[in-house]
Amino acid sequence: MDYILSIVILACINMIAVLGLSIFTGFTGLFSLGHAAFVAVGAYTSAILTYYYEVPFILALAAGAAAAGAVSLIIGIPTLRAKLRSDYFAIAILGFGEALRVLLENFEITNGARGLPGIESFTTLPIVLVCLTAGVFVARNFLRSRWGAACIAIREDPVAAEMAGVRLFRTRLLSLVVSAVYCGLSGGLLAHFLSFIQPVMFTLLQSTQLLAAVIAGGMGSISGPLIASFVFIALPEALRVAQMWRLVAYGLLLVLIMVYRPQGLMGYSELSTLISRILKRGEAR
Amino acid sequence: MQAGLFLQTLITGLSIGGIYALMAVGYSLVFSVLNFSNFAHGAVIMLGAYAGLALATRLSLGFGLVLAGSIAAAGIIAVLNERLAYSSLRKRKAPSLYLMISAMGCAVFLENLVYATIGSRFYAFPEFFGRQVINLGSSSISLLDVAAFLFALAAILALHLFISRTRTGIAIRAGVSDMTMCSLMGVDLDRLIAIVFLLAGGFAGVAGVFLGIKYLVYPTMGWVTNKAYIAAVIGGLGSLPGALAGGLILGVVETFVSTYVSSVIRDVFSFTLLILFLVLRPNGLLGQDSEEKV
Repeated sequence: MDYILSIVILACINMIAVLGLSIFTGFTGLFSLGHAAFVAVGAYTSAILTYYYEVPFILALAAGAAAAGAVSLIIGIPTLRAKLRSDYFAIAILGFGEALRVLLENFEITNGARGLPGIESFTTLPIVLVCLTAGVFVARNFLRSRWGAACIAIREDPVAAEMAGVRLFRTRLLSLVVSAVYCGLSGGLLAHFLSFIQPVMFTLLQSTQLLAAVIAGGMGSISGPLIASFVFIALPEALRVAQMWRLVAYGLLLVLIMVYRPQGLMGYSELSTLISRILKRGEAR
Repeated sequence: MQAGLFLQTLITGLSIGGIYALMAVGYSLVFSVLNFSNFAHGAVIMLGAYAGLALATRLSLGFGLVLAGSIAAAGIIAVLNERLAYSSLRKRKAPSLYLMISAMGCAVFLENLVYATIGSRFYAFPEFFGRQVINLGSSSISLLDVAAFLFALAAILALHLFISRTRTGIAIRAGVSDMTMCSLMGVDLDRLIAIVFLLAGGFAGVAGVFLGIKYLVYPTMGWVTNKAYIAAVIGGLGSLPGALAGGLILGVVETFVSTYVSSVIRDVFSFTLLILFLVLRPNGLLGQDSEEKV
């Protein structure tokens, strides 16, 4: 039972990060291969706060999320202002993520590559569920706001959106910061669940896994990526194969999704769409 | 003494830069034609190294045959990789990011396949070059470094001649500038891209053998290819002379940073350089204009 519980918690933590990346990639149309770095910032910030300074857990979580948002400005401002081509942006943020990881491996306060053991495990299922629900609620409202509409407009056509008066740089930056905050929150929860964090947990592979969940789940969808990320975490555990073979299968899965179903599980639609469509039709009449 | 250290650092940097350039050329070649970052290039390099290792230890072949075998193996793997993982995406004209993710999937797949079957042991090549050193004033160069550097230069020069002088080379250059137009002119795109991947894989094989001899052979050795991306960006993504220049510059600059500043900061420095180049000079030193088209 404990085992299943821990998988559910891990999956939910991962879903929060995927939710954040979904706002940035699925709705704003910018790909990132470095969001694991924001998870790392959230994890380390909150863990250091509770570990060394005995800050209350909730405050530490908030601080981790805020720190991740702040760090995203460092890479976001220069690259988004320069309006890099989307694939160059993905490589730039990849470089940023790797550089950050090397720094974490060499700072004294992060205990270097050996990692930070003995973080108190505050994260429980209710806390994770509250965070996830709040996250979905905020994301949904954000996407329905003016800002969200601007994000979607940019995804559809940056040039046309700019002509229509959407401020590209500001909107993209906002979307990046929001997504980084989600990742930071996810990192804080992760650190206080595993009670041990290490820089190698936040590599390019991790970033790819987040991005893959968003794409496998479907661009422009909230529920799709959440389902995909749950499957990505839970399925290998259920199959319980050796770690290496899991990664072999995971790599193969990425390729197969790209080759056979690039629009993902629920491209541009939601789990609830079917129901709401029927309802809307009724209202229209 | 100071001059000696300076010269030594420069030489070490150039020899590392030569290997970076070998990796960057293959990566850049694929980028120039298909316009995506082939993250599986590192895995192909790793497999090339394993193929070379098998030939050298099991069949105890000489250096030339090992190199040839490794080039052939890596070339075929690269072509298969394209056929299985990229070609359908390419034909569908999927966004380059999908190709990148597919490539990432290939890298994860191949790396862990090697882990799961061959294991995570580190293997060493037999000593092809001995431990001979050439003395140059107060500094010394190992024969291996000289060989790696000269071979890298020769191979890149040969590739340059191939691309600028032969019919196939012209077709590749036409493909770089406009794929659709190129196919309208009667070029068989599938064949052309297979050749590009064969060439890229061949270079990956050479890089793999030299990396394996200089360091060791292990499943994650392909990760060094991160440096090849940086080198390609510095030189200008998609430009062959750029890949050579970028590789050499990165190798030298990195070695100087780790000698004179700190070896810890070296990788952070390289990645910062990557971001600076992308932001300030996305076309690199020798790249062509690459504005995203509307």
